[in-house]
Amino acid sequence: MSILLAGAKPLGGKAVDVLIEDGTITGVGAKLAASNRPDERIDCSGLVLLPGFVDLHTHLREPGREDAETVATGSAAAALGGYTAVHAMANTNPVADTAEIVEQVARLGERAGLVDVRPVGAVSKGLAGQELAEIGTMARSAAAVRIFSDDGRCVHDSRLMRRAFEYAKAFGGVIAQHAQDPRLADGSACCHEGEVSGRLGLAGWPAVAEESIVARDVMLAEHTGSRLHVCHVSTGGTVEVIRWAKARGIAVTAEVTPHHLLLTCDLLSSYDPVFKVNPPLRPDSDVQALRAALADGTLDAVATDHAPHAPHDKDHAFGDAAFGMLGLQTALGVVAESMVSTGLLNWAGVADRMSVRPAAIGGLVTHGRPIEPGEPANLTLIDPDGSYTVDADALASKSRNTPFAGRTLPAAVVATFLRGRATVRDGKLVDGIPA
Amino acid sequence: MKHLLSAADVDRDEATAILDTATRMHAIQDREVKKLPPLRGRTIVNLFFEDSTRTRSSFEIAGKWLSADVINVSAKGSSVSKGESLRDTALTVAAMGVDALVVRHNASGAVQRIAGWVSGCSVRAVVNAGDGTHEHPTQALLDAYTLRNRLGDLEGRHVVIVGDITHSRVARSNVLLLHTLGARVTLVAPPTLLPSGVATWTCETSWDLDATLSGKAFGDVDAVMMLRVQRERMSGGYFATEREYAINYGLSPQRLDMLAEHVPVLHPGPMNRGLEISSVAADSPRSVVLDQVQAGVAVRMAVLYRLLAGAEEEVAV
Repeated sequence: MSILLAGAKPLGGKAVDVLIEDGTITGVGAKLAASNRPDERIDCSGLVLLPGFVDLHTHLREPGREDAETVATGSAAAALGGYTAVHAMANTNPVADTAEIVEQVARLGERAGLVDVRPVGAVSKGLAGQELAEIGTMARSAAAVRIFSDDGRCVHDSRLMRRAFEYAKAFGGVIAQHAQDPRLADGSACCHEGEVSGRLGLAGWPAVAEESIVARDVMLAEHTGSRLHVCHVSTGGTVEVIRWAKARGIAVTAEVTPHHLLLTCDLLSSYDPVFKVNPPLRPDSDVQALRAALADGTLDAVATDHAPHAPHDKDHAFGDAAFGMLGLQTALGVVAESMVSTGLLNWAGVADRMSVRPAAIGGLVTHGRPIEPGEPANLTLIDPDGSYTVDADALASKSRNTPFAGRTLPAAVVATFLRGRATVRDGKLVDGIPA
Repeated sequence: MKHLLSAADVDRDEATAILDTATRMHAIQDREVKKLPPLRGRTIVNLFFEDSTRTRSSFEIAGKWLSADVINVSAKGSSVSKGESLRDTALTVAAMGVDALVVRHNASGAVQRIAGWVSGCSVRAVVNAGDGTHEHPTQALLDAYTLRNRLGDLEGRHVVIVGDITHSRVARSNVLLLHTLGARVTLVAPPTLLPSGVATWTCETSWDLDATLSGKAFGDVDAVMMLRVQRERMSGGYFATEREYAINYGLSPQRLDMLAEHVPVLHPGPMNRGLEISSVAADSPRSVVLDQVQAGVAVRMAVLYRLLAGAEEEVAV
């Protein structure tokens, strides 16, 4: 099976032909079309070719909440969003804290076959924050887990965090922290603490609850000589801490979500829980700081924190509704609007932050690769001049909780290739939306 | 005005009209037969997700004196834990052919959400009877009514509100409405009980009750409103002890003496005697606590009347 991508622009550069044969890129150059007879030729004029996106932070809800999302439907949403690999967070039911569960999630991903599903293992048993989960067994399992996280909850006990850092070194693991001091921002905290929370009477989630944990964790990472990844950075203060830590040579990486790059806490005036997310939306000054930090590389990656929820978990008063919003299918458009249209990143920069660096953080060797002969054909073809109007009812996810409904976002995913096989063509799933 | 969700929903004319209507409604409290016909055949549901005695009965009496059929629905206990969404609960009640919903909920913004969901139903009006730590607009209206009876026009009047501002829906609605009516407001609380962003509100703030009451900080005082302080705030570290709170922020007899002759003392109730208000203050001639309760019925009659009977009709009293 061979496919010729005719006249595509790798990383937004000069238009060339790219030949894919049996899952591998075998040729990149001008006029490949003339010398080859591919099984299929795709006219890519005007289109940009990027390495397939890698999401470090996806909630696929299976096992446990298959009414909100399954590995299959989440994989479909990912493919439509231009992703070729996702990291499935551990806060399922049961929690992914044993080899059996992470292997099950990996198998479900293989069966769906739309993206590589890489399970994230829990740091603590049952996400309870008390005892270490079987990190070593998960790392050595068939799922070969590399990222460990109690995401949704913070590993707030300093001693447990220290042990996790030390212990994970033996398996080349990285601890991904959901930074939220539960004493400063407990479960009821749902709105950035500031003018909006005071006016609306919503429980405040202060920036310092994130920043103080990140400050502690970078010091622990330095002390233990281990690796820290900071999930969903939401404040300018956290950016400053990470910038300082990186300058000091501490092994820290960090991600930012698309929604924190575009939306602000002013949206909460509607009390619509579609805007309820953890960490919360922040003021515009934080949004601008996050964009600048993603542009200069202080923040390494865009990660969606795709968090599907059934309607009956959102149809409540703001404080009672579930945290989280969908993100996979809208990530490219949001990044294009917040980073590319603003001139902060070019397409090579987008490839770096949405594919190359997240793949490196997750230890994925076949994703986030250069577009060169001999490399695996995990690729995303996008139309930089296209647009995508978000129709919540048309999303591949089982859930509808997108905060971008009705918005028209720039750029559009045209096709996604997983090991040379098109999972998405013309912006549609090749095999349709899974049941 | 379609709904009354926030004190910000009423402009000065509307607020004045409600208070004027309430004055006429108030007259019937002295009658032997306390019944007016305008809401005959209308159904009002008091949908209360949170315990309340005074607000619920006040709305109930107000509706009944206007001849509406009033039904109390207690939906206490989080609908989340029952497995029913708030939307389901609201639509179920609305589907019964209700004309108005009077809603209290322990979560901020819940009433606004419900008003959105029932917009396609027979429900013509939704009244916020207190949502979480957000707003309680009819309380602000009855406070304004009480103040107006004591002080006349509120333009330029200085009202001091003391207590747990952070968690007070009464304070939020009062700051909005008193500003609308031209009054000046000073909020007094320890720093732990002043909400974030309060500097952007249309009021002054102070940590010093004595400097405020004496007029040294923000000028002469025309009214003092003491707010209930929940004892559980102590465990949250908002203040040290009840004793210390009473010493620093309680309306003691000494502080009562600092006030000018004309200054009334308000409290939305229920009072913690000995904590935020001394018995001497609570029982003094300055205390208008029971006037507030009376005003509550008249003001809620006025609100229900204006929402359901239409502002254009004159009250036949």
